Amino acid sequence: MLSPKTWRPAWLNGLRGRHWVIGLPYAWLLLFFLAPFAVVVNFSLSQMGLVRPDSLLRQIDGAWQLTLRSSNFSNLLGDGLYFNAYLASLRMAAFTTLGCLLLGYPFAYFMARAKPARQGVLLMLVMAPFWTSFLLRVYAWKLLLGEGGWLAALMDGVGLDYVLLWLGLIEAPGKYMHTPFSLMLGLLYSYLPFMILPLYAGLAKMDLRLLEAAHDLGATPWQAFWRITVPLSRGAIAAGSMLVFIPCIGEYVIPELLGGPRTLMIGKVLWEEFFNNNDWPMACAVAVVLLLLIVLPLSWFNRVQDREARA
Amino acid sequence: MKPSQFQQPEPALARRPEAYLRIEAVDKDFGGVKAVDQVSLDIARGEIFALLGASGCGKTTLLRMLAGFESPSAGRIVLNGQDLSGLPPYARPINMMFQSYALFPHLSVWDNIAFGLRRDDLPKAQVAERVEAMLKLVQLQAFAKRRPHQLSGGQQQRVALARSLAKRPQLLLLDEPLGALDKKLREQTQLELLAIIREVGVTCVMVTHDQEEAMTMATRIAVMGQGRVLQVGVPQDIYETPASRYVADFIGNVNLMEGHVVADAPDHVNVQCLDCCHHVGHGITGTLGMAVSVALRPEKIALSHRAPASEFNRLQGVLDSQAYFGSYTVYSLRLRSGARLKVSQANASRHAEDPFHTGQTVWASWSADAQVVLNQ
Repeated sequence: MLSPKTWRPAWLNGLRGRHWVIGLPYAWLLLFFLAPFAVVVNFSLSQMGLVRPDSLLRQIDGAWQLTLRSSNFSNLLGDGLYFNAYLASLRMAAFTTLGCLLLGYPFAYFMARAKPARQGVLLMLVMAPFWTSFLLRVYAWKLLLGEGGWLAALMDGVGLDYVLLWLGLIEAPGKYMHTPFSLMLGLLYSYLPFMILPLYAGLAKMDLRLLEAAHDLGATPWQAFWRITVPLSRGAIAAGSMLVFIPCIGEYVIPELLGGPRTLMIGKVLWEEFFNNNDWPMACAVAVVLLLLIVLPLSWFNRVQDREARA
Repeated sequence: MKPSQFQQPEPALARRPEAYLRIEAVDKDFGGVKAVDQVSLDIARGEIFALLGASGCGKTTLLRMLAGFESPSAGRIVLNGQDLSGLPPYARPINMMFQSYALFPHLSVWDNIAFGLRRDDLPKAQVAERVEAMLKLVQLQAFAKRRPHQLSGGQQQRVALARSLAKRPQLLLLDEPLGALDKKLREQTQLELLAIIREVGVTCVMVTHDQEEAMTMATRIAVMGQGRVLQVGVPQDIYETPASRYVADFIGNVNLMEGHVVADAPDHVNVQCLDCCHHVGHGITGTLGMAVSVALRPEKIALSHRAPASEFNRLQGVLDSQAYFGSYTVYSLRLRSGARLKVSQANASRHAEDPFHTGQTVWASWSADAQVVLNQ
């Protein structure tokens, strides 16, 4: 006898609920990533018309003709401006990632080792900035660091400006805004939670008996940290680094508000190509190269990790 | 009146050994709760000493104090003449095999075993030599390059053992060494573990809640309850001469009967209980009329259809259930008082001539040296 539970139409077999749960959002994401990306690639191989880029397929004398132009890419590679902007962005993203890691790791570590009741409070404090608008928070730095801002006054008071000057992070004593310093500060501030959260998750689920075993075998706390804690949190470090590094490369708002004229990051170049020069194909070429710059090292990294996990 | 005063003299093995590990009046206080309460133990070189007790009895806390993960609130621990107080775990000549092993998942078997040796800055060649010797000892040479998760439970246990022995510790601590293995594997592993520990000759303190494990592995056992040591002795001692009702009940199965002394002679006492009168074949330092408990192990009782000749050490009951375990059968008798008596009989022959059936009224009897008289 068929029970109502086992009876289902044949076409539903294999399409259980879980497939829908995973499949639908996945299809959504894929569609709305791939479709715009196809448009962007399409534009990048075209040239600017009067209002919008020319179509790649054109009917000439009744015959369809496909014209692919690589001129945008060759311009991009030939012009030092773009190269430098990419380099500056990569460098900024790398520094931000490193900075977030150095600031975030100890924080996440002690948060994960705090009493459970306190962990909740600390976690909430890390996420508290998300309660206000990102734009507002970045803008607030302008007031803090600008002339007459109390943070600026404080740094003047302790003479920190001379240290920053010596480091080459600001150009004149007492002037903090629109310098590499203000940009770095803004990036670190904005991205730190994205580093802390995965690190915390990784460190909190670590088996503390492994540290006891290490101590038992003669490892000092410092040795146990480097030999056990750090290697075991490698996955969390990688996750946090990607969450910071990837969006940081293309960051536009923070450099625009806090960065100086000297640091031209690729997000800003993209904006200018699109809105100032009205050169959509060039902007799209910049975006495609940016994507490749991020995706290629990432997929290589993933493959290395997979191979290591399987070994 | 101490229990040892009215029981048989302790066997020679249980005499106070020369102390290699001395635990002196150790207390551990967790915010007002005494996890370990005035524990003093002397353990000799080469002993395999088991701390046995139910969960929460303080045995694990005591072990963690030996390892250095907790420090005693009072008292001290002396190993081979060295006071361990204040020494951090990494400075103690003690290694531990952790419950469920705590193997480093990111390191190979080889590197797991080498971990402790490398912390001592031994030369590379010496580390390699020691690791190879350990791998050979636990017969895992072929698995040196594997990661822990690629090994079976039994293999992981051997890696954990090799890792804890690699530094040639003065004291080996075992925390529920077989707890993570299934029953079948446990029996075999137990013998292997014992053989390796004996081969190395290391002094061992193990913690277990499994009395069989303690009995088969340990040279001596300390039974713990509520942070205190209730009894210390060789396994036979603990089983055959329990010092208290708690120990008698915790180790193996036992029938406990309450009664009072009705005859007190130098060579025997009689104890009148509800269902029978015990004739105990040795004297006790008690007084006539004193309330005592009589502990009687199920396997020391014989069942019969006909009444035994003696009026002592016998009782009649209705057989109300039986459980067949293959090599033996456990019978449960309902007595006149309503109490139950557990009787265990070896199934020495394949087909009993006159089997006992549930519902029958049968006789149970035992000899004059089967019981233990307890007053606490």
